[in-house]
Amino acid sequence: MYAWHFTEMPYPNLPPLDTLSTMRVSIPSKLFDPKIGADLYNRYLDEHMLADDLGLNMLLNEHHQTATCINTCAPLSAAVLARQTSKGRICILGNPIANRGDPIRIAEEMAMIDCISRGRLDVGFVRGVPYEVFAANSNPTQTVERLWEGIDLVSKAWTSTEGPFNFEGKYTHKRAINLWPRPYQTPHPAIWITGSSDLENIKRAASRGFVFATFLQPHEKVKWMFEGYRSAYQDTGLPGGGGTAYMPLVFTADSDAEAERGARELCWYLDAKAEPQFRNPPGYVPVEFNVQALKGAFTGRTDAMRKQSLEFLKDQGVIIYGKPDDVAQQIKRLYNLVGGFDHLLMMQQAGHLDHKSTARSMTLFAKEVYPQVKDLPRTRPLGAVAAE
Amino acid sequence: MSFERAGSVVNVHGVDIEVDIRGSGAPILILPSEEAWEADLPFIDELAKTRKVVIAYPPGFGRSARPDWVTHPDDHAYVMLDLVERLDLRDAALVGFSLGGWIAAEMATKDDSRFSKLILVDAFGVKLGGPTDVDIQDVWVQHPAKVAALKWADPEKGVRDFSSWPDAALTIVARNMESFARFCWEPYMHNPKLRHRLHRIGVPTHVIWGEKDGVVTPAYGKAYAGLISGATFETIAGAGHFPQVEQPAAFARALSAALA
Repeated sequence: MYAWHFTEMPYPNLPPLDTLSTMRVSIPSKLFDPKIGADLYNRYLDEHMLADDLGLNMLLNEHHQTATCINTCAPLSAAVLARQTSKGRICILGNPIANRGDPIRIAEEMAMIDCISRGRLDVGFVRGVPYEVFAANSNPTQTVERLWEGIDLVSKAWTSTEGPFNFEGKYTHKRAINLWPRPYQTPHPAIWITGSSDLENIKRAASRGFVFATFLQPHEKVKWMFEGYRSAYQDTGLPGGGGTAYMPLVFTADSDAEAERGARELCWYLDAKAEPQFRNPPGYVPVEFNVQALKGAFTGRTDAMRKQSLEFLKDQGVIIYGKPDDVAQQIKRLYNLVGGFDHLLMMQQAGHLDHKSTARSMTLFAKEVYPQVKDLPRTRPLGAVAAE
Repeated sequence: MSFERAGSVVNVHGVDIEVDIRGSGAPILILPSEEAWEADLPFIDELAKTRKVVIAYPPGFGRSARPDWVTHPDDHAYVMLDLVERLDLRDAALVGFSLGGWIAAEMATKDDSRFSKLILVDAFGVKLGGPTDVDIQDVWVQHPAKVAALKWADPEKGVRDFSSWPDAALTIVARNMESFARFCWEPYMHNPKLRHRLHRIGVPTHVIWGEKDGVVTPAYGKAYAGLISGATFETIAGAGHFPQVEQPAAFARALSAALA
């Protein structure tokens, strides 16, 4: 099992949350102090460098116009880490290709980072969460199509090495695509994709050999998704094999009291507020979901989780915390409940959790937990061995 | 259509279009708003006593198909013009509400030969100001309560209690909302080319506007009308973006006067 350190790089130094109507999209930037921001950026990058020293991999993402994540340009932080670290893998999860508009620019950025890091890059692509469509002004009814057209184009650009080709798709038109540099890894870096409920999307990812990642979901739903991923290989007869990844909140501590304190700090992430219009822009979810929404029955994943107790979230595998042996035991339990997985993506920092606590938790995980779970077998899609 | 009673389907060059035809006489083609209030309002049946009323749902709305190639109200206009030919409507009054008004204006700039009149009600479709001017209030980025206050003189009038609606009707509501965004997200609620084409409209045009419309204000409506040669403009008191819903009697009087 591969272990990854993650933080959304939050800016938690806000007025009391009950005085804000939203932390996303429309929160005024006068609330961002650039001097605090400078400290935070450097601190979060330092923590990724610590992860590298400790033998963990580094996971990055990006969001826009939000205090919950100031890593607005994940390729920039990935480029910094490509140069400043030397061992761990770096994964951007992911590039919001439906929102960025120019897949070729993303292909170039990833190829360059892959070269600088000497082949340590994994490249994720995401559709983008609902509120991102406002910052990007992407049509919420088209982002799924843009995602897949963009991935296909990036893959072709990475692997076309004999000179220019043209592309006239639904959303992107290019006349002489000819990538310099091409990626360090051949044929290209591993591709990751995220999802939460769209089984077709999951099967599509499996059939193309992409890693499938999902975040902060109850273990029964994670199992449902991972089984869909695994069975897709057999169903399609296509070369699956990327693997599965799951992200809980993770806090490892020297005492139970300290573990619970850290876990509560991490829950800041679940409490992030957004005005209702940002949570479900028209056409982002299928019509059937919006029929339920009109009846008041669909309020979104985060809302459902927010209302739950710490114990409940722990039982569901959404948050893992405790002393090192407890954390290892919870990871093994989760691993068994969902039928195994390949990548443990750990949100080990969120909200006000300070550097000292974060570094201690990361260190305890790396030294005392990771050895206990590292050798859990990778779960490959069914039949992958036969295909090889 | 009303939400529960399907109209008939007309295939227009491969695109299934839902039409609701009532009465007989001089034809009126009605293009509903994105919220599709119109078919259930009394003024329709009143008109149908003396005229042939054709309520037509553009691609993506009501029970009409939504082919991939239709991406913008400019495309809707061509499909609706094809429908007019298919139904062989002549000397028809063309009445459009909100997005339907935008589509009606697009149609009239392309070919107004089958129309006797054009009536636009709180229509979207043009941008009049510069890049940072908000000509059309954003109904997607603002809080729903604020949007309701912009849309309605009395927001209570806009409340639909969906809890008792059957799924089939709610599916149409949800799909209408999705299609509205699909076609009008960017450029937001307008076609940059339309204002430069409005001079082509040759039929008598009347523009009706809710006096309290905060999404597209009466000033916007008046300026829009000013781009159409000879167009007249009036407001309905005590009404927002949907005067046909908020002030049905006053609206019906204004409409029949315009049709006379």
